[in-house]
Amino acid sequence: MTTYFNEMYEGGQVREPYARLEDWTKAMPAALRAMKQAEAEALFRRIGITFAVYGEGGDPDRLIPFDMFPRVFTQAEWRKLERGIKQRARALNAFLLDVYGRAEIVRAGKIPARMVFQNEAFERAVAGFTPPRGIYSHIVGIDIVRTGADEFFVLEDNCRTPSGVSYMLENREIMMRMFPQLFRENRIEPVDGYSDALRRTLASVAPAKCEREPTIAILTPGHYNSAYYEHSFLADLMGVELVEGADLFVEGGFVWMRTTEGPKKLDVIYRRIDDAFLDPLCFRPDSMLGIPGLMDVYRSGGVSICSAPGAGVADDKAVYTFVPEMIRFYLGEEPLLNNVPTWQCAKPDECKYVLENLGELVVKEVHGSGGYGMLVGPKSTKDQIETFRAKIEAHPENYIAQPTLALSATPTFVEEGIAPRHVDLRPYCLVGEKIELVPGGLTRVALKEGSLVVNSSQGGGVKDTWVLAE
Amino acid sequence: MLSRTADNLFWIARYIERAETMARLLEVGARIALMPSAGHGYRSEWESLLQASGTSVGFAEKYGDPVQRNIESYLFFDRDNPSSVASCIERARENARIVRTALTSQVWDALNGAFQEMRQLERKPRSEMELTELTEWVMRQAALVRGAIDATLLRNDGYAFLNLGFALERADNTARLIDVKYYVLLPSVDFIGSGLDNYQWQTLLRALSAHRAFHWAYGGEITAAKIAHFLILNPQSPRSLVATVTMAMDNLDALARGYHKSGAAQMRARSLVGEIAETRVEEIFDEGLHEFLTRFIRDVGELSDMVQAAYLSGEAR
Repeated sequence: MTTYFNEMYEGGQVREPYARLEDWTKAMPAALRAMKQAEAEALFRRIGITFAVYGEGGDPDRLIPFDMFPRVFTQAEWRKLERGIKQRARALNAFLLDVYGRAEIVRAGKIPARMVFQNEAFERAVAGFTPPRGIYSHIVGIDIVRTGADEFFVLEDNCRTPSGVSYMLENREIMMRMFPQLFRENRIEPVDGYSDALRRTLASVAPAKCEREPTIAILTPGHYNSAYYEHSFLADLMGVELVEGADLFVEGGFVWMRTTEGPKKLDVIYRRIDDAFLDPLCFRPDSMLGIPGLMDVYRSGGVSICSAPGAGVADDKAVYTFVPEMIRFYLGEEPLLNNVPTWQCAKPDECKYVLENLGELVVKEVHGSGGYGMLVGPKSTKDQIETFRAKIEAHPENYIAQPTLALSATPTFVEEGIAPRHVDLRPYCLVGEKIELVPGGLTRVALKEGSLVVNSSQGGGVKDTWVLAE
Repeated sequence: MLSRTADNLFWIARYIERAETMARLLEVGARIALMPSAGHGYRSEWESLLQASGTSVGFAEKYGDPVQRNIESYLFFDRDNPSSVASCIERARENARIVRTALTSQVWDALNGAFQEMRQLERKPRSEMELTELTEWVMRQAALVRGAIDATLLRNDGYAFLNLGFALERADNTARLIDVKYYVLLPSVDFIGSGLDNYQWQTLLRALSAHRAFHWAYGGEITAAKIAHFLILNPQSPRSLVATVTMAMDNLDALARGYHKSGAAQMRARSLVGEIAETRVEEIFDEGLHEFLTRFIRDVGELSDMVQAAYLSGEAR
């Protein structure tokens, strides 16, 4: 773990995308930096971009630490990423359409039937139903790490409701406001087209029975949700209503919003709640968040739900290992972005290898997220490793393992000045009538020295992500 | 607009208005307590204040005897009291967070700022704060919120729901503030017309920030009839009952125009305004001030229920 790729310096030389940033940091004394940092924080707090950390008490309105040092890609680097991401988003959607249809990929023996049909995220309720344009996952968030100048790996796919895009947009707003000079000197591709693109994407999958300009709404679990800010932010940018389950009801084969002027028909729902809570008549009967009868309307083409119920079957950590196979199977192409080599603890011989090498591997729960329930071997104590060994032995099928990757690092403002910190990247790919990707994404940074865990719930921060124009 | 959004806007305004009324009530109480009083000593006055604010049961359960310091805590800081200034500001801000998209950033700033400052006040030792400082702080925050709404918000249905909230809450609260007079006077009807009586009426005017305005409007001696006219029947007085129900009627009419649909709430508001506009001061005193106010508070409550049913409940068809 001593060597990793530094995105700014290579062999003592400044790499091309960061060329102009060296002068920028040199011209910024510590006092000015502290002032700018405080200004950024005040802006975030005023706008109200906060997130809640569960079960820790303290200030409920916490800020995600924002690092002012941008992360930069050249146009050539981005084009490569973009092609790979779009390819992946296409294959994942093809897979979803297939497994809820004839399941050709299972028949062809490319993926075990058990892994698809016995997957917790497989929704029997939508088997045989084809959503508008055959799209299940309309917003695909693909987490990518970098290990070398030309080496990118996909860490995981998020086909349900990837969050964090509000940070991508607000980080840029705040950087432009604080450092306009930087944006004059560097030609940086804009990201603010995202909300229009999202709106277009949602409108393009209006249901069969929608005969006019579709009415769109974002469905949120409510203002206690940690991502509520993002929900209201996106609703505001797109100019659509932000609704809760109680604002909606089903009648006569359609979904209606309760408004001050009476019921208004809703055509497309961008939901930010889990499948299980969508409709108490179809899924969890104890759900207070959902709309009774929603799934009936959905299946009869009265409303579109984005992402489609059941999309989660494509993004768990065990199915992940089969994505390269999906790309070959559905698209007849070779994957442009690599998977991280993954051992399935469900397979006895692979599990044996994992248990023998726990000290060097990263072990994850198949259905875990947010950096919870995960072991980073090289960073863990003997005790932690032994605890995890017991967990894996008890339920091997719940775990996968990957080699500990040497994540790339970018310069980051820290207490002592500027130091490299490890980063990842989450771009947001939109799938509708067209497949679109705004040039940028959310860069998450592990602010602790040497740490590889970038999740905000585990002390990670965020950066503005630049793609330089040609 | 979503019924839930309208409901949240309506209640943002109500909570802000209510926080301001709580502060005004405290001001009235503190001033009246400074006067040598009759019979029961200072306690009866604080108790009457708790009764007028509708919080006497909750207070008695928590603290027992009405001691000024405890009353200040209960009406200002106590989260167990749903009508305390702190509770109202917190809920107004929470409602605003829910309907963030229906507000301008200036309005959000004003509400969020009030909440953040509130939390700082809570951390300060109480011995360092004068009651007047606190009450003035509340009125300043309320003015900032109203100013931001007036200066920046689109004049759409959301604006009407906010103003409807302000109007109905203010109608109710002004009536309750005047009613404090009734509670204070109740033990000794002999005082009517005495110097003490006038002092109490003046305190009420001060609490409504209407002391000077009253003199401009009426001049001469302060009499109970003039003050009752000013606070109940004078449309020029911004907190008078007639002004507040007129404001409610105007905003309901604006909604009816925008939605091309008028209903029971509009009719009720119109008849309320008509009724009160034709009332004379003598009639109020003949009926009994307390009886008149009780009836008025009930009428406003019913109008509020009609607004709820027509627009906020989501049951409208």
